[in-house]
Amino acid sequence: MTLAGLSLAYLKDRALNTALNILLLTLSVATLVILVLFSSQLSDRFARDAQGIDLVVGAKGSPLQLILSSIYQVDVPTGNIPLETVDMLRADPTVAQVIPLALGDSFRSYRIIGTEAAYVDHYAGRLAEGRMFNAPYEAVIGAQVARGTGAGLGQRFEGSHGLSGDGHVHEATPFEVVGILAPTGTVLDRLIVTPVSSVWAAHGFGTRPHEDHEAHDAAPGDPEHEAAHAAEPDLEVTALLVKYRSPLAAVRLPSFINRQTQLQAAAPAVEMTRLLSLLGVGTDAVRAFAVLLMITSGLSIFVALYSALRQREGDMAMLRVMGARPPAIFGHIVLEGVLLAAAGALLGVIVAHGVVAFAAATFPQLQDMGLSALRFEPAETVIVAAAIAMGGLAALVPALKVFRVDIAQTLADTR
Amino acid sequence: MTTPSERLIEVQGLRHEIAGRCVMDVPAFSAGRGEHTLLIGPSGSGKTTLINVITGLITPTSGEVRIDDQPMSSLPPARRDELRRRTIGVVFQTLRLISALTVRQNLSLAQTLALGHAEPAVIDDLIGRVGLAHRADAMPRELSHGEGQRAAIARALCARPAIVVADEPTSALDDANAFAMADLLLSTAEATGATLLIATHDNRLRDRFPRTLALSAPQVTA
Repeated sequence: MTLAGLSLAYLKDRALNTALNILLLTLSVATLVILVLFSSQLSDRFARDAQGIDLVVGAKGSPLQLILSSIYQVDVPTGNIPLETVDMLRADPTVAQVIPLALGDSFRSYRIIGTEAAYVDHYAGRLAEGRMFNAPYEAVIGAQVARGTGAGLGQRFEGSHGLSGDGHVHEATPFEVVGILAPTGTVLDRLIVTPVSSVWAAHGFGTRPHEDHEAHDAAPGDPEHEAAHAAEPDLEVTALLVKYRSPLAAVRLPSFINRQTQLQAAAPAVEMTRLLSLLGVGTDAVRAFAVLLMITSGLSIFVALYSALRQREGDMAMLRVMGARPPAIFGHIVLEGVLLAAAGALLGVIVAHGVVAFAAATFPQLQDMGLSALRFEPAETVIVAAAIAMGGLAALVPALKVFRVDIAQTLADTR
Repeated sequence: MTTPSERLIEVQGLRHEIAGRCVMDVPAFSAGRGEHTLLIGPSGSGKTTLINVITGLITPTSGEVRIDDQPMSSLPPARRDELRRRTIGVVFQTLRLISALTVRQNLSLAQTLALGHAEPAVIDDLIGRVGLAHRADAMPRELSHGEGQRAAIARALCARPAIVVADEPTSALDDANAFAMADLLLSTAEATGATLLIATHDNRLRDRFPRTLALSAPQVTA
């Protein structure tokens, strides 16, 4: 039996007190680690999805909404813009690439996005099965869509109007799955990608095959569609993802676009910084609470050790009588605080990852966001180290008493 | 008489004052190897103070204590702890077993502190010798007072110290238990080669210990 063993024995001897202190620290460490996991993984995901996109051009409205809807596919679009905008921007020498997006339909709440093959290339999408689309109504589905719907190659499905999955079903306009993408860890995984012309066709514009026309026209009682049909306005897209060729574009292009009556330009970097700083107010509050909780558990460890050591003054005097040197007893007491804190900190990390795993399993949206319980952040090490240091610190004051103790007096006082 | 080299404990002109009041006065005393001594005197005669000086826990106002030929009182604190660790085992009236450890662990800790390692065979032998083999894994709070005392004696002896000091080991016991305790102390000390110094105001023990130091008249009588 060593003094280190004695530290453990004392902790076991007052098991309830030890368990409560560990629990308190576990809660605070878990809260902090969950915050770290959420914020770092989500901001990573945000960054990954927006990587390489310098500007998003869409209809006038909230710039944040434009970014959320066209890059992250989480909000409704601000509206549509004329197709000519694509040519206008492609003609601009400072622009390297323009990827058009046409949104509006979904299948089982997975968004159908009308675009070009360049969109898949942008997210480094690789076909796991099948081929890339090259005709209207051909669709390539993301890995998560394939998993979620169980759709395989050759599967036909009908898109429904709206992005939530409970809108009007475009019957008789079946899409066909021609390719399935390998997972990319980006927004692409949960999208159904199809040529822009499919979306136009599904909504009664442009290149829809003739037989579909007849089928559609044969189905009466859809005033929305019939109205759209009657108007036959110019072709539109929802948004454009723009990559700059030269930094000069960043100076000139956004203000040029924003001067157009119908268009707005939003920079993902600017809008996401704004969003994260808005979210930041919330996470700051939770973080402050968790830090407070950690300080509380530090105090609790201090109080527990302080009172335990008061009861153990006689034991400490006996250890000295048996020949233990003050520095060794000091170390033994500090170790007790450190053991408590280490147990709480490690449990906290385990609980945090468990909570994240549970959350990801329960809320598919979080999984969509790329939340993984198996990823460890460097900040977790810092949190664990801080918690353990705090445990040692809490033990310091009671432990220092061992250098001042008058053994003979203590033996007389604690008969 | 014992020769100087055999003297385990040697006290010369020892005097201790607290706030100017003399609480202990021992002109001369010595005990050689195997010379078990009863330190007898009424309460307040300075028995506990003498034990604290001998174990190096307090520094006397004047005089000298030599333990195993080393000047305990004038050594620096670390050397004092070292000398106590190597040569002295202590039994207190209030036992002072470590409450969080079993009987066996208490002995193991005492051995580790004194010797730097535990000797399980010695521990088991001692626990058997004091009749606690069936209680070796019991916590101190589960022991009767008599069992606790036997555990405390075993702990004081487990690192094979040259000297075992006991402070009022029998004062709370009835006659039969007091004699049993004294006999146990004597037999285990003989077995491990320790020399006993027992401080008590209990005259019942005089029969068992021919050597006594009466603190009211501090002279060794044979």
